[in-house]
Amino acid sequence: MPTIRYTSADGDVREISATTGDSVMQTAVRNGVAGIVGECGGVLSCATCHVFVDAGDADRLPPVGELEDEMLDGTADDRRPTSRLSCQLVVSDELGDLHVTLPEAQE
Amino acid sequence: MRPTNERGVLVIGASQAGVQLASSLREQGLDDPITVVGAEAHPPYQRPPLSKALLQGDLPTGSLVFRSPQFYAEQRIDLVLDQRITSVERRPDGSGVAVSSSGRRFPFTRLALTVGARPRRLDVPGADLAGVRYLRDTDDALALREDLTRADRVVIVGGGFIGLEVAASVRRLGKDVTVVLADDRLMGRAVGEPISEFFRRAHERRGCTLHFSVGVAAVTDDGNGRATGLDLTDGTHVPADLVVVGIGAVPRTELAEHLGLRVDNGIVVDEHGLTSDGTTVAAGDCVNCPTPVAGASPRMRFESVNTAVEQAKVAAATLAGKRLPYRTPPWFWSDQFDLKLQVAGLSQGCDQQVVRGDPGTERFSVLYYRGDTLAAAECVNSPLDFMAVRAALAAGSTVPAALAADPGTPLRTSTRPSSTGAPAPRTHGQDVLA
Repeated sequence: MPTIRYTSADGDVREISATTGDSVMQTAVRNGVAGIVGECGGVLSCATCHVFVDAGDADRLPPVGELEDEMLDGTADDRRPTSRLSCQLVVSDELGDLHVTLPEAQE
Repeated sequence: MRPTNERGVLVIGASQAGVQLASSLREQGLDDPITVVGAEAHPPYQRPPLSKALLQGDLPTGSLVFRSPQFYAEQRIDLVLDQRITSVERRPDGSGVAVSSSGRRFPFTRLALTVGARPRRLDVPGADLAGVRYLRDTDDALALREDLTRADRVVIVGGGFIGLEVAASVRRLGKDVTVVLADDRLMGRAVGEPISEFFRRAHERRGCTLHFSVGVAAVTDDGNGRATGLDLTDGTHVPADLVVVGIGAVPRTELAEHLGLRVDNGIVVDEHGLTSDGTTVAAGDCVNCPTPVAGASPRMRFESVNTAVEQAKVAAATLAGKRLPYRTPPWFWSDQFDLKLQVAGLSQGCDQQVVRGDPGTERFSVLYYRGDTLAAAECVNSPLDFMAVRAALAAGSTVPAALAADPGTPLRTSTRPSSTGAPAPRTHGQDVLA
């Protein structure tokens, strides 16, 4: 099972063995990772699951969708080149392990 | 007689508000035992996808669960499913024992009611026929999805969010869809006229038939107990293989009434989520609470994920001995076809509206003002507008109407301190505007 590593804005690290088919957001919320809210459940309505992906992972990920792109422009913490909404990152064996860093604020 | 195993907080209701309340109690540092008891057999799950992704068939129900079993174990939250609480015995200090319909007893020192709402029933001849469905929980959605495999013509009673989301989902499955509603516009309780009118045209463009300002006289019968359509009060007959009723929800207040709590269109709570007994808290679709923003009517019962979550945080703080008023401007969303509606704030009592962008492009927003202060936004396929307004409202800021009217001017960079409204303290998080 792929492992997702979540690093908080304070530097705390949590590693979770994720279920394939779940998103990086779902994996965090189901396991109580503080710093990812995901209030809308993953339908691109709240932008509270913002993460910064590792530069090394960025090019392996699916491209940013149109709606995701617009939502990222309105996140609580300013967007960076590696910003993604974690509800759009689906865990798979092909994608493998991921490392994301959480912003200071989500809402 | 005091039970020997008296223990901690009992949360009755295992949906969005109940799970949030329990999680927030731990975040607030409460160390007492926590039990969450739910009437459904399914582990707590998100409801919004039931009328959308789940109905359209592209979502396994397991993907909707909020929290993993390990989460509940780690947080020492005792989750008990498939038990409907039907009575509560109480002592004057607020502690007591709740009893389920199967006789199981749940002692508590403090009680939280997150019991939600049930669908309002259609009260006409034939409403009990097979082929008449409601949509509130997973079992409803699975039954409706199963029925849809055998239905070609579907009639939906109600033009609110549930009715229209079901209409869009069913239309996407290629069925004939007719919506009948008593009101003269869509989502009339929740959004302003420009959005109602836009969605009317959008649903019609996508092949739905809409009947406004008409009631249901009867559900017609095939002689074998199965619905064949609706007789409307204007004399029209709408034939259908399946009838879906989405005419609102009624708060579940039986337990509150049984406990002698004040009830008035929901369990009456103060801004800290406290009920009239001063010890029990309540949150979510079942409560009538002080409206968290100024200028609208003083109390409200609001059915949304965000309201359930924020009220639950407030109620948890109260049980943990803290005081955290509910002051978060509400927001909600609805997905219908390829149209994303996002609403922030409350447009009630507004005296000015600004349409930003062109509804013809299916991408526009309507901003609402009380005096010169921004109060709400209803955004179609315009998430950036929505997020800018949500953030501005949370920070007590406004956007001058003249700037907002120009869709080329980003709202986020146009916010100003509000001249009339004091900044609303947030129940959590931090202000997001620079």
